Amino acid sequence: MRAPRVIKSVFRAASSSIGLDDRNASTNGHRPYRYSAFDLLRHGFSQADWPRAWRKHDLKSSYDVVVVGGGVHGLAAAYYLARNHGITDVAVLDKGYIGSGGSGRNTAIIRSNYLTPEGIRFYDRSVKLYETLSADLNFNAMFAQRGHLTLAHNDSSLRTMRWRAEVNKLEGVDSEVIGPDEIKKLVPFMDTSEDVRYPILGALYHPPGGIIRHDAVVWGYARGADAHGVHIHQNTEVTGIDVTGDKVSGVRTNQGDIATRVVVNCTAGWSTLISDMAGVKMSVSTFPLQAAVTEPVRPFLNPVIVSGTLHVYVSQTDRGELVFGASVDPFTSYSMRGSLEFTEGLAGHVLELMPSLAKMRLLRQWAGLCDMTPDFSPIMGLTPVTGFLVDVGWGTYGFKAGPVSGETMAELVATGKTPKLIAPFGLDRFESGDLMGEKGAAAVGH
Amino acid sequence: MILLPCPYCGPRNVSEFRYVGEVSERPDPNGTSIEEWRVFLYARNNPAGWTTETWFHSAGCRQHFVTERHTITNEVRASRLPEAQPREGQEERATGGNIAGDGGGATY
Repeated sequence: MRAPRVIKSVFRAASSSIGLDDRNASTNGHRPYRYSAFDLLRHGFSQADWPRAWRKHDLKSSYDVVVVGGGVHGLAAAYYLARNHGITDVAVLDKGYIGSGGSGRNTAIIRSNYLTPEGIRFYDRSVKLYETLSADLNFNAMFAQRGHLTLAHNDSSLRTMRWRAEVNKLEGVDSEVIGPDEIKKLVPFMDTSEDVRYPILGALYHPPGGIIRHDAVVWGYARGADAHGVHIHQNTEVTGIDVTGDKVSGVRTNQGDIATRVVVNCTAGWSTLISDMAGVKMSVSTFPLQAAVTEPVRPFLNPVIVSGTLHVYVSQTDRGELVFGASVDPFTSYSMRGSLEFTEGLAGHVLELMPSLAKMRLLRQWAGLCDMTPDFSPIMGLTPVTGFLVDVGWGTYGFKAGPVSGETMAELVATGKTPKLIAPFGLDRFESGDLMGEKGAAAVGH
Repeated sequence: MILLPCPYCGPRNVSEFRYVGEVSERPDPNGTSIEEWRVFLYARNNPAGWTTETWFHSAGCRQHFVTERHTITNEVRASRLPEAQPREGQEERATGGNIAGDGGGATY
């Protein structure tokens, strides 16, 4: 049976005339509160309430730009639109509260030791933005660059590590392969003996990698965007996208309709559903990913530990809890229920690496939704519907790309030209066949 | 954790199975463009609701079968053998249970 002939391109972008770059910067007369040591002291004495970090607005009937999804990607895009390009008539919509999706469910790991030169350049820009984020936003995101270790338990993993290390170095990213002795020095509690089921042969050591306080990143961007005049609408669910001809003309929500020419889909988990509303076909499958956290203990684990073979990654937060993550669940689902299978498997794998954790107790487990693409790279940029832009398909690596995604998507909206950094991640790559295979660096460990 | 009803073996723990993916209609390789073929390869419906998909009972009967599953609740409402798709010029083969009449050629 023959498939119906595709008249119009399914994936290829339509013309890109968005043209919003003629707007002037405005902050609506609102100046954000400056946090400082002096104010901390002052509030300590006066016990006065801190001012609200962002305001609540009524939904206007039209906006220049509507961002769907109030996570780190959507809020960063709105922030950079306002700050870098002076486009402040922007609404960020979230069906729940901001940061209630992947931005609040990830394991907060930041790194740029990817496999493809395009991927490395992109994520490295994100690390650079994260490094100065607290100062930029005047909001402490507590980025701790403690180093990132990806363990190799067999020859083929070690080969991929060497490959990654060499491409990383070529792109100016600090990465090297180290042996079990050096691993033991960095993580004394690690079982680096040879007589275990999965002996550790080496690791890819990435010193700039680390962890951050993910909620603070979301709140910091929300506060920064708000200060520039962006409207943040929580509990506002998008129910439809109006497309007239092949151009976006509006967004329907459960709080009212909005007229707009530009919609940016910054959702994770529900990215297919939002794209479906605009009639744009996606190359995304949604899988749950589970994570768990232990009770807090004294600091003993400095770097982030990742094992692809054992499907586990471990880091210790500033509060002392151990955060564990795994690979995605084995089948697609929009369900965010945890499973006993996950905790069972996870515990076994963690003990394989660090047997001394046997008495640790899990506090809680949760799941988030990951939009997996066939090549483990995101889908960013223009679509066949003019004015409908996507920043989706973030699989298990969306959080670490938040700042750079916001920066580049803002540039795309403002100028109508796809920035070089995200050109390889266009939706049209699935039609041209130019896939960006990033599985070797993104599949399990992140 | 969900139970998946295998049409051969009955309800089993989902960890016995390998998820293959949503069922889609394959365009005729002889009459399709490369672009159309890639849309078939990469585009997914990924619905939040009922979906028809293929599973493989890897730790059981090692047969492929088709289920209808709700992707929000993980409820399964149907499980059946995949539809046989005989090639042109070939006779349709029985899809199961016909061991006795097959002589020595049975592979299951």
